[in-house]
Amino acid sequence: MELFKLTIHELHEKLVSKEISAKELAQSVFSRIDDVEERVKSYITVTRDEALAKAAEIDKKIAGGESIGPLAGIPTAIKDVMNTEGIRTTCGSKILGNYVPVYTSTAVKNLLEEGIVMTGKTNMDEFAMGSSTENSGFFVTRNPWDLERVPGGSSGGSASVVAADEAIFSLGSDTGGSIRQPAALCGIVGMKPTYGLVSRFGLIAFASSLDQIGPFTKDVTDCAIVLNYLIGHDSNDSTSVKIDKPDYTKALVNDLNGIKIGVPKELMAEGIDSKIKAVIENSLKILEANGAVVAETSLPNIEHSLSAYYIIAPAEASSNLARFDGVRYGYRVPDAEDLIDMYMRTRAEGFGDEVKRRIMLGTYALSAGYYDAYYGQAQKVRTLIMDDFNRAFVDYDVLVSPTTPTTAFKIGEKVGDPLSMYLSDICTIPVNLAGLPGISVPCGTVDGLPVGLQVIGKTLGEEMMLRVAYSFEQSFGWSEKPKL
Amino acid sequence: MAISEKDVKHVAWLARLALDDAEVEKFAKQLDVILEHAGKIAELDTEDVQPTAHAIPLKNVLREDKVGRCLAPEVALANAPHQEDQAFVVPRIV
Repeated sequence: MELFKLTIHELHEKLVSKEISAKELAQSVFSRIDDVEERVKSYITVTRDEALAKAAEIDKKIAGGESIGPLAGIPTAIKDVMNTEGIRTTCGSKILGNYVPVYTSTAVKNLLEEGIVMTGKTNMDEFAMGSSTENSGFFVTRNPWDLERVPGGSSGGSASVVAADEAIFSLGSDTGGSIRQPAALCGIVGMKPTYGLVSRFGLIAFASSLDQIGPFTKDVTDCAIVLNYLIGHDSNDSTSVKIDKPDYTKALVNDLNGIKIGVPKELMAEGIDSKIKAVIENSLKILEANGAVVAETSLPNIEHSLSAYYIIAPAEASSNLARFDGVRYGYRVPDAEDLIDMYMRTRAEGFGDEVKRRIMLGTYALSAGYYDAYYGQAQKVRTLIMDDFNRAFVDYDVLVSPTTPTTAFKIGEKVGDPLSMYLSDICTIPVNLAGLPGISVPCGTVDGLPVGLQVIGKTLGEEMMLRVAYSFEQSFGWSEKPKL
Repeated sequence: MAISEKDVKHVAWLARLALDDAEVEKFAKQLDVILEHAGKIAELDTEDVQPTAHAIPLKNVLREDKVGRCLAPEVALANAPHQEDQAFVVPRIV
């Protein structure tokens, strides 16, 4: 049996009933990696020995009659932006090419304690800056649906790894769409929780007021299962929220009777490919057939999201990335004349172009004389965007839109034109600015490439968001897989 | 022009990034296009709008003033490019 094709919930049953062992499961996934990784290139680091040792531990538990949780023994890939003790963590950057963390991020630790079998660390745009994974300091990851195309980004490796069945699920991080956009382009489920729901401790920071960790899974049920164990208050993250932990699997109800769904007209307007619009319109009919009331709404200020985001995110990044200076960790030029020369050349050699662009953009937006016009104004626009969402959520339970304006683009197509690359995140960025939860679920294909439907929830409205996503998934019945 | 080559040289210095002349020219062009787009928000009337720094309202988050667990010196120094006598070593400053 090709175990690597199955979901968390299917595999858990087989593990509990002793139909399969965790070792067999891990071996199945590693044989899949051996078959396809050379073509897809999802992983920066594969941790085969550690994974097989962990699987053996889980098997021992099962044999000893201990009860296991739903994630025990499940092969899991982690985006290389999360610190993992003793395992190299590069953030997709040459400046951290030899960095071996001395502690593990809370999100990963939570899952390790539940018994996941970590298969390795996935490729990404350097410091999570990008929408195609072409900005990785190491190599380009390919879309399993068409190897000439990008998997999206910045969590491209975490998306391709699940789409190509090189892991059962994975973790990514989402600052402006870096989970939802690649999930859409790779035909899988990707979810960004409400800001503050998942601890950012040990997540290498890009833009601290926007970053959030979330799962990539094969279906919405798996997403709810992973979320159950990912969240929780963490005193090591001052922005972590304190809530009673819900059981998100209870939200998976296949019924939308009376649920009010708004469709922001600005996210179905110019700039969205007409074939994508047609797929989304078909999805809206499926939601209506399930009992939902679907109506057009408006978020008048979200046309300014991209502008606000490309000031706020680089401003925060320019400050966060000041720590990479060749002193405490990472790369240092070997022949520095003095301290300033060491800083200047270490950063010039260690960072790629996109990271340099954003550091300079942010430094500029925060510098004397420009602060009010750029950064101060962007923060006010952020308020306007949040107000738009708050008004819409008075009338609607969730909002839906396309996840991306186009399907996966060709490798190299947008590399020379940063602004056109930034535009691939226009549907996802507003959600980060407002700190809301968002999920992308597969909703069809255009010319053989997957399309994602984005469902946006209220603050801490994950349960309603998952219910809508689940109902859609059950009715739509997506079963297409890339041919590799 | 939103940003000149002179501005690029200045921010690169502030951000401690060494750039050669060809890079200054390339980045000036690219940053100009981006800032041109981002700068459009300057036209919006935001006089009575409060800025948002965080999507969730946060008050001061403080912990008890008590010594907790911390990294042993050799662990904290484990990734240092150059270390000696429990300290990070950098090129001569003075």
